[in-house]
Parts: sequence; structure tokens; C-alpha cells
Amino acid sequence: MLVADEIQVAEWRAFRERVAGAAPDERAALLRQNATRIRRSIIEMISTARQGHVGGDLSVTDILTALYGAVLRIDPADPHRRDRDRLILSKGHCAAALYSTLAFAGYFPPSALGRFMGPFSPLNGHPNRTKVPGVETNTGPLGHGLPVAVGEAKGAKILGLGYRVFVVLGDGEMQEGSNWEALMSASHHRLDNLTAVIDRNRLQQGARTEETNGLDPLDQRLAAFGCEVRSVDGHDHLQLVSAFTPSTTGRPVAVIANTIKGKGVSFMEDRVEWHHKVPDPDQVTAALAELGETA
Amino acid sequence: MTGLTVAEPTTYDNRAAFAEELVELARADERIVAVCNDSVGSSNLVAFRREFPDRLVNVGIAEQNMVGVGAGLAAAGLVPFVCAAAPFLTGRALEQIKADVAYSQHPVVLCGMSPGMAYGELGPTHHSVEDLSWLRPLPGLDIVVPADRRQTRLAVRQAVADPRPTFIRVGRYKVPDVTTDDDVLDRGRFLQHRPGRDVTVIATGTMVARALDAAERLAAVGVSVRVLNAAYIAPLDVDAITSAARGTRAIVTAEEANVAGGLGAAVASVVAQLEDGARVPLRILGLHEFAPTGSTAELLEHFGLTATRIADAARELLGS
Repeated sequence: MLVADEIQVAEWRAFRERVAGAAPDERAALLRQNATRIRRSIIEMISTARQGHVGGDLSVTDILTALYGAVLRIDPADPHRRDRDRLILSKGHCAAALYSTLAFAGYFPPSALGRFMGPFSPLNGHPNRTKVPGVETNTGPLGHGLPVAVGEAKGAKILGLGYRVFVVLGDGEMQEGSNWEALMSASHHRLDNLTAVIDRNRLQQGARTEETNGLDPLDQRLAAFGCEVRSVDGHDHLQLVSAFTPSTTGRPVAVIANTIKGKGVSFMEDRVEWHHKVPDPDQVTAALAELGETA
Repeated sequence: MTGLTVAEPTTYDNRAAFAEELVELARADERIVAVCNDSVGSSNLVAFRREFPDRLVNVGIAEQNMVGVGAGLAAAGLVPFVCAAAPFLTGRALEQIKADVAYSQHPVVLCGMSPGMAYGELGPTHHSVEDLSWLRPLPGLDIVVPADRRQTRLAVRQAVADPRPTFIRVGRYKVPDVTTDDDVLDRGRFLQHRPGRDVTVIATGTMVARALDAAERLAAVGVSVRVLNAAYIAPLDVDAITSAARGTRAIVTAEEANVAGGLGAAVASVVAQLEDGARVPLRILGLHEFAPTGSTAELLEHFGLTATRIADAARELLGS
């Protein structure tokens, strides 16, 4: 089990305070800078491991940045505290994005990121809660995170705890029936403390979602299952933060985060092959150059 | 059926003991919650719901969600008893049991109600004879098969005292008491009901009473039978199996389950890997195919899961 990096935790706390105290433009700039740092980390991790899911990592980055930078009530130094907000990455194949986010929040030293998918590394290709602090449940097979999130949200109600539960899903993953079972029960149990975020990049492993097993009209489907639906630009941090405010209707919230797979690296953007293609050294150099340096 | 009208022992539905114990424990422990799939009645949760309506989560007919919800409740700090007919719990939600419970190590208590062929004439879709084979390969998941109402209570108590990923087969087919108040349920240990030096019968669940019956009959003809109650299938009692192989001349296993991967297969795997001279002949009693139409009693008879057939198998192995 990895352990917290106190220096990194302190940096993250200071960052959270700066974000919280900033005017909107500055807040957006701070979050954008952090997202760039995470994107660079993703490229470097996948480049080293020669494996990974770069497209979905880059599409989900801003969602995670907004959550960990401005929304989740968490203490990375105390990852098991009872009343923590929960974040489950149901699209577990985008572990590189989650690991980078967790490391920069201090759940474990960022130096561990260099061992992503290495032999006996705690950083498996899919997140493992018994090895990585900050991971709430093991994901990988799709359609698992949302039911667990429903259980955590229901648990908060039973225990009278005020924490909120966020679960981030891939859009292709919404083809799994278990997610719809979970949404039915979330609205039946009026789990207003649950927010499901769908990374709507419109591509799945093999093709476009709409050419595979169409999800649209996704907003209407989610609403029909009892969700309070919010559609936002999934790369606009301020829109995301605003979409992550608590339910106003007593119902669970579903956020459709409209994203671009491969976001931030032009030759990867919206291209199906970058689901899990590994960039060669020249492409890594080009990707990092395009992402730019962080301050 | 015909037969002598000797006094048959009273038999019990283990679900009743399960439900009573769960309610009793829940009175003292607010962490205990129940999750079910529209099975309040068949999982005997009516009393639990009456007393703790806010601690019963009925997700409807949605087993994948049910097990995931159980994992989430455990992650919230609760002790969830996820109750559903065993075939649907273990079959439909197998990947959830693997990923969300066993691999994630969320301490969920999976209660497979009415396992084996308890649903008799409803047929193989409703029989749970594959559950042991499906669950045994999952590291970190305890598998408990109580043989009577007392062991059922102990299994529930154990799950609350030491929460960990656990599957409990909660029997519906009525069985007589085979344990006493002095018998404990030791995690990962078989319970030895009687010592013996000729042959060992390792039985689980409904088969334990029949194994004891077979042992009585064999004793009457001078065969000494060791009877082991495999209340825990996982962790497996390798020591007891090894000493059975070393201390008796043959082993018979009996389970109300398919022979591909269940208790007998587990025992065979241990015995086959013993050193030369320690291996003993082995007979695995169980199902080899989907059951025909019949009552539970008729089907147990059909598949040779009876005291007579257990005794026959022992004698065949001993060559007597």
C-alpha cells in the first residue's frame, strides 16, 4: 500500500485554497494549469509503460481536475476518514489520469507514477484500492462503479453522514445494463448525494458510440431514469464545478460532460485509434510540446 | 416412498435460523443492513424489514446492482448481508462478486438462499449447483456451507464478528441437527463429527446428515468411518484432508453441487498432490448434469446423494 506524501498534501491544500479564493478567471487558469500537469504526466506514464489508454485519460482529465481541485471534501493524508466525499472512476482503464490526480493531491508520492504498470507496481493498469490510497473500489470491467456508488450513497443516508459520492463513467460504458439498474435504484432511493459524471467523448474502443450501440438521446434517457441532468463542456472547469453542485431536486444528478477523446494533443483528438495506442518517442515529444509547460 | 416408520429426526429450514440470528445481531449492531432483490419473503427478511425498515435495501430484480450496492454499503462502513436465491446471486452477479467484493476486499456477506437443488421441480435454472465451482477460485472470499441451523447461526455471527468477503449457503431444504452446542465453527477448519480409521467421508451442507447416517450403517458392519463436515469450503482445510489421506484408506466426498470444481474437486486437488504412498482412492459424489424434473428429495436420490450411496462408495473403495 502506498502512503501519503505530506509535502505534496501541503502543496495540494495550498492549491485548493488558492482556487477557492480566486476570481473566476484566475480560478479557471489555476485549474487549467493543473490539468496540463496531469496531461503531461499521462503522456509520460504511458510513454514509459508502453501501455495505457491515452485517449480516455485525456478526455477525463478536466473532470478529475475540477473534482479534486475545487469540489471534493477530502483529506489525502487521511484517505479513509468516514465522512470523506467519494470518487469512483468506473472507467478504470483511465487509471493513469486518476493516479496522476491522486499523486498530485498527495495520496502517494508522484515519484511512484514512474512505475505505472511496471512489474509488481501498485499502479496496475486498473485501480486497486488495496494498493493505492484514494481508490475507493477496484474497477476495470465496465458497469461496476455506479452500483458501488449507489451503495456508498445509500450508506451515507443510513448512517446519517453528509458525504457526497461522485462516479465517473465512460460514455461507451453506458451500454452496460448494470448502470441502468443502478440509476433506477438511485432515483428510487432518492439519492440526491450521488452524482454520476459521464465522459461523453463519443468514441469507444472500436468506433463511435452512435455507430456501435447509440446512446442518444442520452440526456432524455437519464432523465427518464429519474436523474437531474446537467450537460456541460467537459473541458471547461468552471462549468464542471458548477455542474458538480448538489442536487436541487432531491434526485441523483447525472452530468453529461461533453468531451473530446485525446483532448490537448491535436493528432490524438477524436481519433478512435488513440483509445489505447501508445505514442512513439517523436509523438511523445510532439504531444508534450503541444501541451506546453506548467508554470 | 415406502420405508420403515422409525422416528425420523425433526428437520429444519436453515433460513429461519439465519433470519432470527440476523435480527438478533442487528438489534445490537447498527452496522448490519440487508440487501435483497425482491426476495424479502424468500430470503426470510420479513421480520428484519418490520424491525429495521430503514436498514433493508431492496434493489428489485437487479442482481448485478445488488452486489455492487452491497460493496458500496460495506465501503460506507456498514456490514451488508446481500440475500438472494443462490443461483441468481452467484450466476448473474459473478463478475461483481469477483471485482467488487473479492478483489476489492469489501466485507460483504453474500447469502446464497435456497442453494443446491432446493427449488426441485423449478429446474436447473433455479438450482444452484455451480456456485461452489464459480466461487472457489476467487482469492479472499470465504465460502461457508452450514450443515444445520446451529452452524447457520454461527456463520452469521462469524460474519459480523469478523467482517470479510464471505459467501454463505443458506439452506432451504430441511435438514436435521448434526451439531451440538459444544461444536464451534472454526474459520477454515472442517468439523470432525466422528473419528475413523478405514475411510473418511467429507460432506458439506445437506450431505452431512447423510454421511453420518452412512457412517452408522458402515459401523454396524465393522467399517470405521471418519466423518468431516466441510462447513468451510474456503479457506480449505488442507490439514484435515491430508490427515484423512494419511490416516484412512479412502476418501468419499459428498456435496449437493456439480462435481466439476466443488468440494470433491478441492479435496482431489490436495490428495493428488500428496507424496507417493499418501495418495488414497477417492470418490466424488455430486451432480454431473442438469437435473431432470423432480422434488429435491427425488433429485438427491436420482444423483445418488444418499446415505446408501455414500456407504456403497466407501465399501467399493475399500474393496469390501
